[in-house]
Formats: sequence, C-alpha cells, structure tokens
Amino acid sequence: MTTYSTNEFKNGLKIMLDADPCSIIENEFVKPGKGQAFNRVKIRNLKTGRVVERTFKSGDTVEGADVVDVEMQYLYSDGEFWYFMSPETYEQLGADKTAVGDAAKWLKEQALCLVTLWNGVPLSVEPPVHVVLRVTDTDPGVRGDTSGGGGKPATLETGAVVRVPLFINIGDSLKVNTQTGEYIARAKE
Amino acid sequence: MPAPRNSGEPGREGDWRPRAPLEALRRRAALLARARAFFGDRGYLEVETPVLGRAGAADAQLAQFTVGDPVSGTLYLQTSPEYAMKRLIMAGSGSIFQITKAFRQGEAGRFHNPEFTLIEWYGLGYDHRRLIEEACALVAELVPPLRGSARIVTFRQAFRDALSVDPIEDRTERLRAIACARLPSVRGLALDDRDELLDLLMSHAVAPGFPAGGLTVVTDYPASQAALARINPGGLADRFEIYCGALELANGFYEAARHAEYAERFAGEERKRRERSLPAVAPDRRLLAALAEGDLPECAGCALGLDRVLMVAMKAAHIHEVLAFPAESA
Repeated sequence: MTTYSTNEFKNGLKIMLDADPCSIIENEFVKPGKGQAFNRVKIRNLKTGRVVERTFKSGDTVEGADVVDVEMQYLYSDGEFWYFMSPETYEQLGADKTAVGDAAKWLKEQALCLVTLWNGVPLSVEPPVHVVLRVTDTDPGVRGDTSGGGGKPATLETGAVVRVPLFINIGDSLKVNTQTGEYIARAKE
Repeated sequence: MPAPRNSGEPGREGDWRPRAPLEALRRRAALLARARAFFGDRGYLEVETPVLGRAGAADAQLAQFTVGDPVSGTLYLQTSPEYAMKRLIMAGSGSIFQITKAFRQGEAGRFHNPEFTLIEWYGLGYDHRRLIEEACALVAELVPPLRGSARIVTFRQAFRDALSVDPIEDRTERLRAIACARLPSVRGLALDDRDELLDLLMSHAVAPGFPAGGLTVVTDYPASQAALARINPGGLADRFEIYCGALELANGFYEAARHAEYAERFAGEERKRRERSLPAVAPDRRLLAALAEGDLPECAGCALGLDRVLMVAMKAAHIHEVLAFPAESA
C-alpha cells in the first residue's frame, strides 16, 4: 500500500480520507515562527464531489488512493449499468448510476469518456466536453428566425434538455457543451 | 538575455530560466544595499559565519540538511547563524549583522523555500523593546509604505482578541475545544500537545486576523515557546515576532545570557527529538564552551526573512516570484 508524507502533497495527488478516495486540489504549508508546521489542504472527495478543508501536521503520512483516469468508449446501458470499453485493451467495465451521475444524459454510443477508476472500479465518468446529439422533441421551428434571440427547450436523443434558438427543428443535430449544458451550434451531418 | 518566462513547468530539466522577473532581482539588490546602509549608519559590523557547520540547531521543530564529509563526518547546513554569531559576541565583536543563506529541510510552500535569505543582527546593550523599534524601522526602510504601521500586542492579548481565550492560563482542554469549534479542518488531528495547539491556533485563527498591509508585533510568548529568549519576571518569554498581515517576517529575542539556560533548553529540545523519534543532532559544544567562560553580554537579536520582505514590497503571492531559482529549478 502506498503512503504519502505531507511533504509529497501536491495538487492532483489521490489519497484516502475517512475511507473515501480524494484528490488534493490545494496544499498550503503553514509554520508559525519556531513552532509546529502544518499542511492546510483542500481536498475533493471523488465519490461525492464535495470539497473539504483538512489540516495535517507536517510529516504525518496518509494512505494513497489507487485512483486512475482512463479514456474509455461508451458502449451501451442496460438501465442498471453503463458499459465502457478500453480502446486499447478492449477490456469492458460497467459503471453504476452513482458513478455515471449527470454524465448519463450526454452519453451516446462510441463517445470517448474519461472514466476514473478506484481499485479498478468506475468511480466517476466525464463525458466529452463537446457532443453532437439529435433533437427528438421541441416546439416547431420558426422559419427565418436565425437570430438566436429568445429560445426554447429541446429534448435530445440522450434525454438531456437544452435551451436552443427558435429555428431548431426535431431531427436537427446540435453541438452541445456538456460542462455548461449549453447549445453551441447546429451540426452538419 | 531573454525575458524570463513563468509558464514553464517547474522542475522540468530544460527549464533553465529564472522564475522571478528581473525586476525582482533589481528590487532584491536594492533591499540588500539599503539594509547594509541601515546597519552601517548604526555602527554595526557586518560579519560572515559558516553556512556549513559541525553543530546543528537544537530546535526540534527544524529539520536540517546534512552533508557527509569523509574527513569531518556529518556537517549541517545552518538553519540560522545564531550560534556562530553569539560566539563572535562572546569574543567581543560588539553589535554585528549578517546577511546569509539559511536552510530548513521540508519547508516549501507559498511562503517557504528550503533555502532562503536571512538578515540577522544583534544589538549589544539592547533589550527586546529597543530591538522591536529598530526592527520596525528596518522593515519600514525596506518597505516604506509600512512606516508607522506597527502595532504591538502581547501573545495573550492577540489570542483574547481573536478567540476570547487565554493562551497562558486557560487549560489545554479549553484550547482544544476552541480549535475544534473554530477550525473544522482539524477533524481527526491528534492535538494533545499544548504548544502544538497554540501553534495551530496562532497560524490558523489568530495571525489571519492581523491587519493586512500593516505590521503586528507579538510579544511576551509562553515560556514553553521561549527558544533562546530570556524569561521575564512575569514568567513569559521576552521574544517577539513581527507579522505583516498574517505573514511572519521576523523573530527576535532579548537573549538569554547564562550557560545553564542554554544547556537546559538544548537538553529540552533533545528530549523532544527523542520523544518524536527524530534524528539526534550534534549539540553546539563550542557555543556552550564560550558561555561557560561567562554570560552572553546583554543584547537582543533578530532574524528577518528577506525573501518575504521582498514579497511584501512586490505584493507577490508566492515566494517563487521573488527567487531567481527556487528549489524545484535550482
């Protein structure tokens, strides 16, 4: 088992805290005068996404977390699990609802996602930043209106709902930013 | 010479450029010149003492770099020039100052680099009050906007103001309860040692409340944190720290004078090292030999971190911004 001393702390280091895998996002070394040194650390819990602050005595050690990010292709979902495949090893893994979370509404077959594994089990899934998805439902388009002003909701083939310009029709393919959930442009297919 | 570039990945071998902009190097040169003029005007003698010494610092809180030498055995990169300068004082040097590199292992972060520059000086015939005045005058000389900003507060009052707790009289359990209530981040931390608790509260809750952009001088430390300062009749240490905002710039003592005090405090630190399974450190027998011949002449001494003064002068957010080659690119 890997352990890390506080002097190995740096952003992105994966450690175990309260039995959960976490990632260090900020590490500050504080030492008063001639006294005890501390590391004041901001840590993201990789299971819940919550950020907490923790103070360690400098020189203390913590257990490392076996967490890796791998690029995997999304295959399909059976409703309970979402299956991904490594394009290099063809190894397949199922990620549960907790791991997939909000990413589910952006997942289309063959999309290359970043899957975070903890002890080999998917912990979280990050969809591509930009995806192209077809509109399955929206109010009829307003011909001639290409201003993009106003807007209306549109449901995409993966279930996501985004705000789109009035000229968008059912069947159109849209380029969407999955991080902001915003429409970018109509995609040519 | 090409302009420095800060975007390079630190630690990458191809990254040969200085981290600090050239402007920081010019400002540093100006500070060094001003500091030397300041001490010259006051009749101080500039001295040099070894950076590589046979004795280590007693202080259990300091981790030291050691250097193996086939002839001399283990040598220590000095964490401060204090012991050697006191030997000079014992030899009759009078008031002395030094601008030197000091080394502390494992100290790296926004305000720390393992190798850093200290201005250390000893005023003969000074007590801590007079030295506080001089230290604040020096800082104001180096960073003019800080002139007249100094506010003196006792350690006890600083804790009372920030936390309504008495760091001298209140029981350790009360200090721990306050730490746990005020600092959610300490969950899971073993806090049995009173001084560790005081250090935690000072660095996490008291100092962060000091006025930004001004100097705060903290005086009258608990005797357990005296280091080599005198203990006054009130049972507190005549030690002071100068902060700018929450950033500690300087540490000074009305110096303990007697051989017995030094021997006792060195032994105390050695005990702490043993308790914490820290490596033993060769004590400074030469300093003790000097003090065995008589008391240290009445004096007060102060160490000022020059890199941090430069950070304040340049409003730098990270010590890397004022160092040509910080540890990762040294």
